[in-house]
Parts: sequence; C-alpha cells; structure tokens
Amino acid sequence: MTVRKNQAALTPEEKRAFTNALLELKRTGAYDRFVTTHNGFIMSDTDSGDRVGHRSPSFLPWHRRFLLEFEAALQKVDPTVSLPYWDWTADRTSRSSLWAADFLGGTGRARDGQVMDGPFAYATGKFNVNVRVDGRAYLRRALGEGVAELPTKAEVEAVLAMPVYDMAPWNSSSNGFRNNLEGWRGANLHNRVHVWVGGQMGTGVSPNDPVFWMHHAYVDKLWAEWQARNPKSAYLPAAGTVNVVDLHDTMRPWNDVTPADMLDHRKFYTFDTEPVPAASASQR
Amino acid sequence: MNKITRRQALGTTAGALSALGIAGATAHAAAADSRASIPTGTVDEVYQGRRIQITPATTGGGHHGGHHGGGHDGLPTVRIDGRELHVMRNADGTWISVVNHYETFADPTSLARAAVRELQGAVLAPFAPMGGTA
Ligand SMILES: [Cu+2]
Ligand SMILES: [Cu+2]
Repeated sequence: MTVRKNQAALTPEEKRAFTNALLELKRTGAYDRFVTTHNGFIMSDTDSGDRVGHRSPSFLPWHRRFLLEFEAALQKVDPTVSLPYWDWTADRTSRSSLWAADFLGGTGRARDGQVMDGPFAYATGKFNVNVRVDGRAYLRRALGEGVAELPTKAEVEAVLAMPVYDMAPWNSSSNGFRNNLEGWRGANLHNRVHVWVGGQMGTGVSPNDPVFWMHHAYVDKLWAEWQARNPKSAYLPAAGTVNVVDLHDTMRPWNDVTPADMLDHRKFYTFDTEPVPAASASQR
Repeated sequence: MNKITRRQALGTTAGALSALGIAGATAHAAAADSRASIPTGTVDEVYQGRRIQITPATTGGGHHGGHHGGGHDGLPTVRIDGRELHVMRNADGTWISVVNHYETFADPTSLARAAVRELQGAVLAPFAPMGGTA
C-alpha cells in the first residue's frame, strides 16, 4: 500500500528518487500528456456549461483520480516512489527546504522568472516546458509575488469545519466546503497557492511545475480530513444535476470512474499521519 | 523589456507575426476596428509595449464563432499582438484567462493587462480551446 508522506519529512534519497522519476516521465513524454489533459479541462470547465475538473463538485474526485494515474506512472518508473504532499500552512516561505536545489529548485530570477537551480532548471536540458500557453520553454516561478501569504492553519480549520460538501449552483459561486477549498469563495485556499507559486503554476498548464502534484496531494489530504471530521456529510449532488457530475456519474476523460469510487482514499493509499490499515498491514 | 520603446516592441512583434504567417488575423482585427461605429466594450490600446484588442461578443458565425466550441458563446475576443487569449467569465461576473487562471479580474481589460505583465514580452501560443485532450 502506497503511503503519501509530508515532503518536509523525506530523506535525501527519497527526494532524489521522486525527482528522478519525474525526469523520467518527462523524458518519455508521459509527463506532458498529463499537462495537456489538465489544460483541456481548465479551458472547457465553465460555470454555465459542462464542468468536471474544476469549479464544480467533482473538483476533488477528479483531481484524486488524476493524481492516482500520475502516481501509478511514477511507480512504473520506481515502485518505491509515492506522491509527497506539501503542507503549505507549515512550509510557507521561499526558504523552505521544498525549494532547495536538492529538491524542486527555488524561485525564478527577476529578469524572466526562470528557475535557475535544481533538477528542473532549463539549463539541465531535462525539463523543457513543452505544453505551454506562451513561447517560454523554461520552468518559471515567482514565489510570494502574485500574493504575499499562503493560507494559514486557521483559514484551513475554518474551511474544514464547513458541514456541507457543495451547494447549488455547483460552480465557482457556490458556498460550501468544496468551493471554499478550491478557493473561488472565502479565504481562498487552493487557488491562492497556485498564485503564490506563480509562473506556470498560475496558468492552465500548471502541472508543468512539479510542485503541482505536491500541492494537489495536500488538497486531497484536506478532503480526507474533512471527511473524517464530518462523517455524516456526503458528496453532493446525489443525482439528476445538469452539467455537473453527480455521485454516481462517470467523469471524463476516463468515463469509467465516478465520485463514489473516489470517496475512500484508503482503497489506494494512506497518509503518513494515519495508522496503517489492518488489512494492508497484514499483507506486508 | 523596459528599455524597449513601445513603438519598437510593437514593430518587432508585428514582424514576428508576419514571419509566422498570421498577419491575416491582425489585418482582420484592424479592419474591424476601422468601422465607423465602434461597439461598446471595444478596446484597442498599447500597454507595456503590447497591443491589446478586445472585441465584444458576437452572436454566432464570424471570426469568434469559428474559434470557439460550445459553451464559450457570448465571450469577447481578447487579442495580444494579434494572438487570441483564452478567456472565461465566472458566474459572479469576474474574469480569468488561461494565463492567469487562478485569480479573478473585474473586466476583460484588466485581465488582458495582467496577461501582458505575466507574459514579460513572450508571445501567446496558438489558441487551442480544447488543449488537444485525447
Ligand atoms: Cu486542476
Ligand atoms: Cu490546482
């Protein structure tokens, strides 16, 4: 059973295994196909039309499935790798070890935003940005420039206390847990982190920055924490909702997976903060 | 970028566009802008050396209809140096683009200006509404 760990707790060897697997997916072209898929949904998910990946109830199950597929691709390269999560309430400055040269590399230089250190710097020749919204082929970041502060623990706690998963009109103007976590309403959690990192992370091709996966692994963990704290709260809507993925509707692009299939992450992985389930412990 | 005058930047970009064979799009926009009565919401300005052109939503057909699939009707066309910027309107009336996807702007002009700042002189990639999703 895969265990997803806090990125701050990874050993140097675990960091190297993770970044090497990312570079290998980049080399084979698999990485870029994920970026293309994500941008396709970013541009087609609309508040008044069909919406699957974003600004809708299925934001959380869609990204859980998307991450599972990416994690499986990483594990084909190296079975020891799992997606680390970035708790941005705790590691909240550009001086965090997350941004060191032995992990993701740091912020971009002033002139053009180009990331100059770490395994994903353009000069390495191993991580060109190929799926892009403009002509720039290098990874860019502007940590803390688009917005000064990452969300705080208190802001996260307030959102986790919201008892209703989602509400009509099931889009970026909804109240409820999902949209406050996604960030179109309220304190702005998930969206703000994209803007805080800047560069490609602020665009439709945000998965070009490897921190995308660690950010979404944490958003995914917050969904699991919300479920644990609100055991009587269900995924909504249940059925019959136009343009929106109901509990038992399938999600594009897979068309064989529903939000209901994604509700229990422990079918697929656990977090390092959770006890190991008895079943998988006995399998070991 | 800051040392380049607006005229120089515009000239350089126009040359690059011609080389890429998309001068037609620019010519089309220029022709639209020369009409006697400019529709409300039309913008044609140079901001930080980049030409921003915004034409209001048209209903069906035309250049705009040819670019968009379903679900995007009723949106203005926003161009930066002749290249179309993918924009969306949120339910609350605010705006986002593919360049600034996770923060909202009050109107298409501030959205386009934010894209210009983010681009730092880079040229928009060809407009691809579905992103080639397979
Ligand atoms: Cu996404
Ligand atoms: Cu995201």
